[in-house]
Amino acid sequence: MLENQTAAEGARLLSRKGALIQLLGLLQSATRFGRQKPLGAVGGIIVLILLVLSVSAPVISPHDYRSPNADLVHEPPSSTFLLGTDHLGRDVLSRIIKGGQISLYVGLSSVLIGITGAFIIAVTSTYFGGIVDLALQRLVDSLMALPGLIIALAIIAVLGSSLNNVIVAIVIGMFAPVVRTVRSQVLSIKESDYVLAARAVGASSGRIVFLHIAPNCFAIYLILATFYLGAAIIIEASLSFLGVGSPPHIPSWGGMLSRAAEERLQTAPWVAVFPGLAIFIVVLGFNLLGDALRDVFDPKLRGR
Amino acid sequence: MRAYAAKRVLLFFPTMILTTVIVFGLFWVVPGDVAMLILVGAEGEDTASLDDVAELRHELGLDRPIHVQYSSWLWDVLRGDLGTSLWYRAPVTAELRDRFMVTVELSVLAILMAFAVGVPLGIISAVKQDTRTDYASRVFALMGVALPNFWLGVLIVSGLAAFAGWLPPLGYAALWEDPLLNLQQLMFPALVLSFSNLGLTARITRSSMLEVLREDYVRTARAKGLSEFVVLVRHTLKNALLPVVTITGYQFAGLLGGVIIIESIFVVPGVGSWTIQSIQHRDFVVLQGVIVLGAAVILTLNLIIDLLYGVLDPRIRYQ
Repeated sequence: MLENQTAAEGARLLSRKGALIQLLGLLQSATRFGRQKPLGAVGGIIVLILLVLSVSAPVISPHDYRSPNADLVHEPPSSTFLLGTDHLGRDVLSRIIKGGQISLYVGLSSVLIGITGAFIIAVTSTYFGGIVDLALQRLVDSLMALPGLIIALAIIAVLGSSLNNVIVAIVIGMFAPVVRTVRSQVLSIKESDYVLAARAVGASSGRIVFLHIAPNCFAIYLILATFYLGAAIIIEASLSFLGVGSPPHIPSWGGMLSRAAEERLQTAPWVAVFPGLAIFIVVLGFNLLGDALRDVFDPKLRGR
Repeated sequence: MRAYAAKRVLLFFPTMILTTVIVFGLFWVVPGDVAMLILVGAEGEDTASLDDVAELRHELGLDRPIHVQYSSWLWDVLRGDLGTSLWYRAPVTAELRDRFMVTVELSVLAILMAFAVGVPLGIISAVKQDTRTDYASRVFALMGVALPNFWLGVLIVSGLAAFAGWLPPLGYAALWEDPLLNLQQLMFPALVLSFSNLGLTARITRSSMLEVLREDYVRTARAKGLSEFVVLVRHTLKNALLPVVTITGYQFAGLLGGVIIIESIFVVPGVGSWTIQSIQHRDFVVLQGVIVLGAAVILTLNLIIDLLYGVLDPRIRYQ
């Protein structure tokens, strides 16, 4: 009985020690990544800050992002309002923090739905070829020839302007270019010697697609995902700038940059300058991280 | 090669037809009755009876079944008649011809600037991989991708107005009429557009160069003692530029969307600023014309790029 207890105690200690070692290992590989890819590390830190700010938005916001104050319209940045107030007297900093949450939501959902969907369709259709692939290619060609922003405007005109409809428009817009890019990658992998060898030893189609072709597309998935995370944030901002994106009461970064803020750029520059800066920094962060991850994950570039 | 080219040219037509179907279908499902909008006005200031609306719908041909509307529209488009603007009651083709040249000039200017800066940046990055030079050029290129171009445009316009007293010239002059005024008008919007495209060009050039630099034939070229310049230009760049050229074709498609905002910020009388007005008026005849003309140009460009690809990369044409 006593022996059992000490054994359990020992196991608990050991597992705690194991967790600690694991944590140290993770930290170590993070520092190694930081030393080898300083730009990627900067990007990673920016993304991490965005994540932390978004999760803790209600706690760390200095003011309520919704409450207007008629006495404090267009206050310049001060110690109370670090980034000033907007045309309704709302705190710009709190609205930017809330806006980060929204940008992250728009970016992550459109990338998860859009890239993953387009990826699966592209890989299977390209591998199997035939009439389906031919039809998909024509559809992709047609969609790619349509100016994305006009189509997005039309889609939102059909569905009505809401955050989720913006995501639908972004997903539809990213479908064709993603399929196109993945297709060209699969085409070259399909002709490679190791796929030929796998086919020669009698591997099934499913095995070739999932074990040989898909893993070699992983790097391109990462690049596309990070690129479109940034792109989604910018498209949302463009739509909101044109006044058709997210509804006015939602403090998305693009909405804060809208025409109204632009017109007051001379008298109250902080209202339009800081949200734009936020978009710029975050999108730059995603792109820096994506570039570094690509170098690390692409087997062709490993061990140089 | 001939079989590949023939196949590729043959595929152009179904794609074009599919595009017209998508465009027509898209505006068919968009809500907003044009007849109602013309009679009542955008703010609903006038009153009109339902009979008036029905009469106008009949006059505009909007009460016919969808496939009849589509086929008569397609027949007109094939003859170069893009219809009559629902809002301005003026032929679309004539107006579009003038505006399209402006937008094409702006886009070509932007692409050329992006290519001229982006490709050298990408090459330097790849050759000096993981040095300070590489980091600096990559951050510069990525800044262009990360900057929302409408924000940059707004900042430039108000910055120039505040510090240099410069305002976008209002009277537009064609390139052959007054080259100086024309350039003065298009320089800044082209700069903004090229900055957001340059990042992609540089990024693709860099990654493609890096991939090719690791190929066996580059090692062979170095091993047999060729000068580094010959290795870089004739063995690496020649192969690495293929993806860059492909991307440039699609950048035109992206630019057609991008000019919408930039043209209205810089008051350029191109297709983009007209598109914005037409969206506000729900003038879908103009929008259909703009998109179909844009799509035709982009599809033709893609056809040319694909044919070039076949010439340059034998692996593609023997499939």
